[in-house]
This record gives sequence, C-alpha cells and structure tokens, in this order.
Amino acid sequence: MTTSDEDLAIAAAGGDGQAFASLLERQYDRLFALCFRLTGNRAEAQDLTQDICAALPAKLNSYRGQARVTTWLYRVAVNAAHDRRRRRATHTKASDGWGDWELARQAEIAEARDQLDWLHRAMARLNDDLRDTLALVLDDVTHAEAAEILGVSEGTISWRISEAKKRLRAIKETEEAL
Amino acid sequence: MTDDLDDLKSALNRATPRPDPAARVAHLRLAQENFAALQGSRGAARQTSATAPRGLWTGVKTMLNTLTSKGGLTVTTALVACGFLVLTPAGQNVLNGPIMGKTDPVADQPVAMSDLSAATAAPQDDAATVAPITLSETGNAANLTAPDGRMSAVSAELARPAEADNETASGRSGELAQSAVGGVASNPRPAPPPATAPMAQTRSIDQGFGTVAPEPKEINDAAAPFAPDTEAYANAADNPLKITAEAPVSTFSIDVDTASYSLIRNYLTGGVLPPRDAVRIEELVNYFPYAYPAPGADDAPFRPTVSVMQTPWNPDTQLVSIGIQGRMPDIDARPALNLVFLIDTSGSMADPAKLPLLKQSFRLMLDQLRAVDQVAIVEYAGSAGQVLAPTPASDRKAILNALNGLGAGGSTNGQGGLQQAYQVADGMAADGEVSRVILATDGDFNVGISDPDALKDYIATQRASGTYLSVLGFGRGNLDDATMQALAQNGNGTAAYIDTLSEAQKVLVDQLTGALFPIADDVKIQVEWNPATVAEYRLIGYETRALNREDFNNDRVDAGEIGAGQTVTAIYEVTPVGSPAQLSDPLRYGAVVAASADSDELGFLRLRYKEPGAADSQLLETPITSGSVAGNDAQFAAAVAGFGQLLNGNGDFGTWGYADAIALATENRGEDAFGYRTEAVQLMRLAQSLSGN
Repeated sequence: MTTSDEDLAIAAAGGDGQAFASLLERQYDRLFALCFRLTGNRAEAQDLTQDICAALPAKLNSYRGQARVTTWLYRVAVNAAHDRRRRRATHTKASDGWGDWELARQAEIAEARDQLDWLHRAMARLNDDLRDTLALVLDDVTHAEAAEILGVSEGTISWRISEAKKRLRAIKETEEAL
Repeated sequence: MTDDLDDLKSALNRATPRPDPAARVAHLRLAQENFAALQGSRGAARQTSATAPRGLWTGVKTMLNTLTSKGGLTVTTALVACGFLVLTPAGQNVLNGPIMGKTDPVADQPVAMSDLSAATAAPQDDAATVAPITLSETGNAANLTAPDGRMSAVSAELARPAEADNETASGRSGELAQSAVGGVASNPRPAPPPATAPMAQTRSIDQGFGTVAPEPKEINDAAAPFAPDTEAYANAADNPLKITAEAPVSTFSIDVDTASYSLIRNYLTGGVLPPRDAVRIEELVNYFPYAYPAPGADDAPFRPTVSVMQTPWNPDTQLVSIGIQGRMPDIDARPALNLVFLIDTSGSMADPAKLPLLKQSFRLMLDQLRAVDQVAIVEYAGSAGQVLAPTPASDRKAILNALNGLGAGGSTNGQGGLQQAYQVADGMAADGEVSRVILATDGDFNVGISDPDALKDYIATQRASGTYLSVLGFGRGNLDDATMQALAQNGNGTAAYIDTLSEAQKVLVDQLTGALFPIADDVKIQVEWNPATVAEYRLIGYETRALNREDFNNDRVDAGEIGAGQTVTAIYEVTPVGSPAQLSDPLRYGAVVAASADSDELGFLRLRYKEPGAADSQLLETPITSGSVAGNDAQFAAAVAGFGQLLNGNGDFGTWGYADAIALATENRGEDAFGYRTEAVQLMRLAQSLSGN
C-alpha cells in the first residue's frame, strides 16, 4: 500500500511538498550515514548533509524516474562531497578528514589500539576515490550501482575494491609485524 | 568479500553515529523551505506581470535586485564624477538647465523627477522647494534597503570626498540621477526582479515609503508564505451540535461526490496523514456502494431507509442513518448519451498521473458506451479547440486516435473550453437524450474567469439548458478541490478524483450508469426532530451542503442529484432526552415539551426531488422510529464516519480510536464484491500507524 520512493520523488519533482517531505524523512538517516562515511567526521558529515538538503529541491527537477531514488540520491551526495572537498582551501586538509581525527586521537591516547582506531587509520590511508567506493560498497550498494553513482565503469569499481583490499591487507600486515 | 572488508564494514557500521536530532529537524525544515521557495517562485512570478502598473519603487527595487558589485562600482564612480560636476560652476551650468526641463522615460512619476533634481541641485538651488519629499528620508530608506551593507558603505565612502553625502549618495537614487543625466546605466529597466526578493529589503522599503508605495508590499506578500502546495479544499466548519428545542429542523442537499475519499487514499498511501480540510465525511461514506432496499417499479425513483443504532464512540447517544437507494433502470433501455469530453491539456497535465491516466480511463469508459451514444472531445489549454467532432461511440478508432493525439502544453483557460463544450453539447442534443459535459482537469483555472464565483454563475446559467457537468480531478499538487466542487455542484453533476486506474474503473465503468444517468434532480433532505425524544442532534458531514430551512420548499434552490442505482447515506448523531451525554442544560423558562402521541418517533424525514428535467418538486415523507435496526451497511457507514472524524480531529471520541473503527468496519464488510471496503480497512490501518496510536 505504501508509495515507493520513486513515485514520491516523481510527485515531489512535480511540486508535491508532502511527497518531498516524506521522501526526505525516509532517506535522511541513510543520507547522513553515507555522508559520514564519505567524510569520516561527524561535524563535516552534518555540514555536508545540510548542503545536500538545501540543494535537493532544485536537484529534484533532474530526477526523471530512470534510476532508483537511492542511487540518484547517493550520486547527489557523492557529487556534493566532491564539491565540498574542492571548495576547501587546501586539498590536503580535505582529504585528511580521517587523518586529522586520527592525529588528534593518537596524541591523546597513543596506547588505544581498538578496532575503531584501526578503521580510522585504514580509511585515512586510502585516497578519495577508494574511500568513496568503499563507503558505497560497504553500504550494501552493488558494484553496478556504485559504478552508476560514481560515473565510472563497473570494472573500475571492482579494481578499486581489490586495490582497497590490498592496501588494507598491507596495513594489517605491517601492524602484525609491529 | 574477504575478512578485511567484513571487518571494515562492521567497524564502519559501529562508527557511524546517529544523526543529531536537532540538526536533522533543522535540515529537513531547510529542505522543505527551499522546496516551497522553489514552488513559490513559480507562482509569485506571475504577480509582476508586464501589465502591472509600474512606478518609481518598482524601478528602484528592480535596480536594487540586479545591482552587482561591478554595477555598484560603476554607479559610485559615476557619482564621484557627478559630485565634481555639481561642485564646479561649469558643471552646475550643465546640470541645472537640462535636468529641470527634461522628461525621462525612467521616471514615470513627476514626484520622482523633482526628487531627483532636488537631490542633484540641493546645495543652492530653488528647486528644493519643488520637492516635498525630504532628502534625509530618501537617503535613509535607500541606505536601509541597499542589497548589502557593503554596497551602501562603499558608495557613501566614495561620495564623501566629493562632499556630496547629502545628495542621495547611496545606491539607487544615484543611479536614477545618472540615467537622467546621460544614461550611464544603459539599461535602466532590466528584467523583472527575481521573485525571492530578500525580505528585509522589501520590508524596509515599506517603512521608508509606507504611504507612497503599495507595490513593494504586494510583492512582499507574494514572497512571504512558504505554501507547501497550491491545493485548495472546499470545506466548511463542522456542523455544530443543535438543540432540538431551539432548532428542530435540519435541512441539507444530498451529495454523491466521492473525490475526498480518493484524495485521502492518495495521502495515506503516500505516507502522510491528510490535511484536515481535505476530509469531507459525507464523501467518505458515500464512496461505498450500499445494498439498501431498492424502490419498486412504480414507486418514486429512490427509496429512503432509516436505521438507528448505538453510537460506536459514545454509548449514550444514537446514530440515525438515512440511506437512499436510487432505482436501477434497465441498462439496455437507457436513453442515448451525448458526451462531451472537455480535457485540460495545459502543461501541468503532462504528469503520468494526469493526461496519460486520463486517456487510459476514457478508453475503459468507451467500452461501456453503445452505438447510439455520441462522443465529442474538446481540449483546452492556451486556447480551446474541438479535437473530435461528435462521433458515434461505435467508431472506436476515430475516438481513440483523437484521444491519443492529445498532448499537454500551454496554460489553462478553463472558461473558453467550457463555453465551447457546452456549445458542442447543445448541438448534439436531441429529444430523449441525455447530454453531459465531462471536464477532466488537474484543477487549474488560471486564465479566463479565474474567479470561482463567476465561473459558477456561468455554469449555473448553462444548467438551465439541461446539460449536466461532471468533473474528474487528476493529479496532485495543483488540484483545486474547491473549484472542482463548485463547478460540479452548480453543473448538476458529480466530482470525482481519479488517482489510479482502478479508481477510474470504479467511477467510469462499475458506476458509469449512475454517474451518467440522473434519476432525480435537486434532492433535498429535511429532518424535523421530535423534542420529546431527542434532546440534541448533530449532522455528520454535509457541511458544504447545508440549506436554509425555507429553501426546502423553494424549487428554485439547487441541490444534489442522484444517479441510477446510486446510494446516498446521511448520518445524524442524536442524544436522546435524559441521556447523560446531553451537553446542554434545559432552559428554565423554556416551554416544557409535552410527550405527544407519537412519542416513539425520533423525528420526521421529508425528501424533495424533481424528476429529471422537471420544474416542480415532489415530496416523500416517512417517520423515523427508534425500532428500525441497523444492518451491516449502516454499521459500516458508521465506522467510516468515525474514521473521517478521527482524521479531521473533530469531536470528543474518548478512548475510541482507529483500532475500534477498524474492528467495526472489518465486522461489517459484508459481501464487498469490488473490494472497496477491504481497501478502506487498509487505509484505516495506515492512518492508525501514521498517527502513532
């Protein structure tokens, strides 16, 4: 009985405020989670989500019902994240969102080696492309969809994933060697 | 996936924080406001049309809105130059003469001109006496209303060295002066301002020139409200509780519309509770077919059935439901039909839920027509046009081709189309045939007669010619429910809202005969309650259909129609005398009502109707007795009425809630051949979970 996200999006694109409200209500939490994965920083994720929410009504006009709403929304989010990184004064600062966090944390508690720490270090060592890809794929997005969202071929996604795995393994090995 | 990724995934899932609730709310609101602003800007753009009166303040506003920092620099640089001109004797010679005499296209108003000349020539000139508006006021307001503080600061700074700070150094007046002098600003009247004018700006204009400029205020109003959508609903305040001793008679017109139910279904399946005004309880109740006893062949065209039951939500009151069953004529013997499809093909109809659904719906309906029936199609958008000349319904190919050829584009001119449709219908009419215009629209009547009252009047005059009008609403977001209702009620027709193909099936196939063949016109109901047995009563729904008591016997007063086989249900909640639920105290000085001989009667029901096309009405009378037991149908109707009241939040229901409505409706689903009642129960469950109880 409930209307699908796609129908809601089409209705919203046609000017239905109620449909837009319920669509965003449904998607907000996922959107925020993805933003967090893309940025690795809660405050940054919040700002990014706000950017997307503010721009979404205008973007909605471009939704034509061809893609699934989540795919389309993820694409909007990834593009917004790219824009945001570009806008930052220095690219290093932007790409090291995870790194900043990591440095601060390590200065505070050098001895804590829990898995969360490992996660942050691991993510910080990946470059933007790999991290975006991983953020999507770990959010249960298929390779094909991730390819559509990021605008690259499916093969590229698979390559990036295997590359990411390789690096993660390397990190783990160096850790174990320590 | 490898362990690495699984590790990473679970770590990520644990690391991902929940969104901050406050930020979440703020973001959602921001998105909604932007959404509304985006919608609003389209509507508001109409406000400043090319024909609107234009004055200085429009120009000033326009300039302000289009002034970029580059433009601002140009202006202020020019101002400095201007200051030098004023200060040097040669410059004054140049300035004083030509400006005073020159009329400039920019400054439409003489006030503006003198204001400007006063500004430029202030230091020593007698022109100051010509200008009643004080310079300081102009300057202040201009300062306040500069698009950003930076701009006016810059201009002031640049102007000061030239000692010209008292001559409207800031922004706009300066630019006006410039264009008056020699046209530095080459395009003094740029495009209309963007509709999302900064609020502070318009407001300060208001304060500065409050008495002079009505325009900015208008624009202000247009930009201010963030209306979520442009739907308008026809609904009146709920019927109040009436005290039998004071007002024993209740009069209303019947209503067979069902649009409200489909709208509510659309809202609920979309995951939101409908706005209160979208709920018209009588339309919810009348959406469902009921199996009331049908009239005999020689009786009146319809037969009333009255039943009394205990109110589900209040053990101390009773529900009196009045069910009216229309006669089902022999379908093969029905008169020939002349149908004029009047189809809105404005740009807004391009949505898949509008024109494409409409085409499919009419295709369904075409199968129900016979060879003697005739169909014509008139479309209306920017201009009205006949797409299909009257064609026998048997020529399916021609009709389908014409239907498929319809495309959406242009604005809407509902009235031009209506006129043409009525004309076509008049041309098709013959003795013994039934003519009907079927208007299909998303409810947008922007051009032509935009005033619903004027449109109503037009339709009311056409009603006299015997052509009926039905309105089918399509699509959402733009639907003008109020106009739809007004048109259908005045055109002796019905209004239905079609959101899905199955709804089209119900309206145009299953119940086509009822929708197209009226068996009784102007059906009015009057109930006189017996003050000896009923202390208080309340009519549930029919708020938009109330009639004055004297209108009942006045045959010129219009009322609703019943189609072949249709059922109409009206429900009263009555409080018996002596019941603890009675809300009002008896009057100390009121006349004591003596129990009369017919004290078992709760009231007396009178019905008036006209045979189709007849001028004089006929009367049906029947007493309402407490002995008549309610069947499944009345019980189900009560459940729906309760559901409607829960949705529009009226009445005190105590602990009675959606769960009870669901239980009552489920018990009384009856045969439910088409599954309508099952669907209603599903809707109730949706509403229950959406409302959170």
